[in-house]
Amino acid sequence: MADPTFTGVSIGILLLAIGAVIYPLYFIIIASISDPNQIQLGHVWVLPKGITLDGYRALFSNDAIVHGFANSLLYTGLGTLISVSIILTSGYALSRRDMPGRRLFMILFVVTMFFDGGMISRYLVVKQLGMLNTIWAVVLPGAVGVWNLIIARTFFEHNVPGELREAAQLDGSDDFRFFLRIALPMTKPLIVLMAMTQIVAYWNSYFDAMIYLNNESMYPLQLVMRNILIQSQATGSMDSGSIDSYAAAQRLSELLKYSMIVVSTAPILAVFPFLQKYFVKGAALGALK
Amino acid sequence: MRISNPARAGAGSLAVRRVSLSRRVRQSWQLYVLLAPGLVYLVIFKYWPMYGAQIAFRNYNPVDGFVGSPWVGLKNFHRFVTSYQFSRLLENTLTVNTLGLIFAFPVPIVLALIVNQLTGERFKKFAQTVLYAPSFISVVVVVGMIYLLFGPRSGLVNQVITLSGHTPIFFMGSPGWFRPLFIGSDIWQNAGFSMIVYLAALTAIDPSLHEAAKVDGANKFQRVWHIELPGILPVITILFILAIGNVFNLGFEKVYLMQTDLNLPTSEVINTYVYKIGLQNAQFSYSAAIGLFNSVLNLVLLLTFNQVARKANQSSLW
Repeated sequence: MADPTFTGVSIGILLLAIGAVIYPLYFIIIASISDPNQIQLGHVWVLPKGITLDGYRALFSNDAIVHGFANSLLYTGLGTLISVSIILTSGYALSRRDMPGRRLFMILFVVTMFFDGGMISRYLVVKQLGMLNTIWAVVLPGAVGVWNLIIARTFFEHNVPGELREAAQLDGSDDFRFFLRIALPMTKPLIVLMAMTQIVAYWNSYFDAMIYLNNESMYPLQLVMRNILIQSQATGSMDSGSIDSYAAAQRLSELLKYSMIVVSTAPILAVFPFLQKYFVKGAALGALK
Repeated sequence: MRISNPARAGAGSLAVRRVSLSRRVRQSWQLYVLLAPGLVYLVIFKYWPMYGAQIAFRNYNPVDGFVGSPWVGLKNFHRFVTSYQFSRLLENTLTVNTLGLIFAFPVPIVLALIVNQLTGERFKKFAQTVLYAPSFISVVVVVGMIYLLFGPRSGLVNQVITLSGHTPIFFMGSPGWFRPLFIGSDIWQNAGFSMIVYLAALTAIDPSLHEAAKVDGANKFQRVWHIELPGILPVITILFILAIGNVFNLGFEKVYLMQTDLNLPTSEVINTYVYKIGLQNAQFSYSAAIGLFNSVLNLVLLLTFNQVARKANQSSLW
């Protein structure tokens, strides 16, 4: 294959892929501010038609959604704090080659990557702990990903030189102080990476909440969204309603769905380009190990 | 830990190794304290459930607990293997994941090889950012988007179909469309993430190989084929083994969201069945047995492929 042909085909594929990623997202955005009738008539393709903010208005006056948003903020905040703390402390300890038993501990962690007790016995354990219907059931069971732990350990190994620690020890610094004062400040990119990974993971998860919570006022946003986006449609049929009020309700519910997707996803997609370098670094570290 | 004799510190690790084990353990107590929260988590949320998985061999009741409930041996497994659901669940699980692997696995490799060719830094960055972005979107939203875009009446896709003079398709209600939609949306969402991993591996390839190939008259395609692809083969192998290891678990949270009453003939997989039988119908032991069956198959598959990769003298997980 000649070079120009090869380059042309490559760029063509790439542009197609980029378009396939962007267009659905773009369409959701313009659909969230367009008159649903215009969408149904097939008039909305490139620009919004019959602009309306009814969807967003309905969104912010819907108690379940507002509560879900607040719950998600709480779960994400607390979960990230706990998760990152455990990953950093354990990751640091496991990075220390001079800690007796390091290999054994590492094996104990890695084994759980390949074999776990399963959804049912995990549920029964959470139940026995009395955590059902509490914030802990959403925050704790998934707090430590072994993959993240390995990335953290590798990062400490590569970025905190042993000589530095020996020097600090000569100055009378113990492990606690060395970890807090020297190792942590040297690994800021790791902390950002872990925090971002956990924020995204907690913000986006719904399954644990679905299993462990049955009090609707505790539902996180994703679970509320699932009920509105998916359950209300899963039983939907092809025929359209004939009664006016039904049509109006239908119209609002469509708008609500589009705007809900925008509001729940925009915050993460908006900050992510600025944090991308950390994720790329994490992916590289993951590939390394 | 403070080292009592500064003169010995200079001797480095050799000196440390000579110190007795109990002394070293005592010296490291602060490290164990740092490790403790992680270990407690591991015991409570990983090993306790693993210990509890024995209810698969028992007839679990909450009063007698994991160990006290009566032992029934392989009864639960036998019941599953002989149930009329068994072959359908196994087939659905294997089909959706095998097809997923075949169609989804090569995509990020191709994308990474293409993006790696780009010379314009800004466009390269832009392409990476865009392709990577969907992996930050939640499964609930992705599946919600599928319901909206492939909806029967106002869905974007059905509008195109109607405009081109065909009858609309009820995508979410047809068993035949479940797999294409599941795999297609999986590629849409996750190809970018794996692409980043491959790109990282591509940067590690020695540029002098390219120079030498150019001198020998190799064109771009030949250089991609003979230098870059073999260069990232170890990473490809590892990601492939990991993907194989997930064949029975991948994305069942998403499968569950995509299930409708009508597409169940293809969309019911082992893990969604475990959830329904176990947590919705409270048949704990039976569902735990199905889950365990699933995990063991999974592990066997992973070990087999890891072994194959090692025999083939490629990289392996261990």
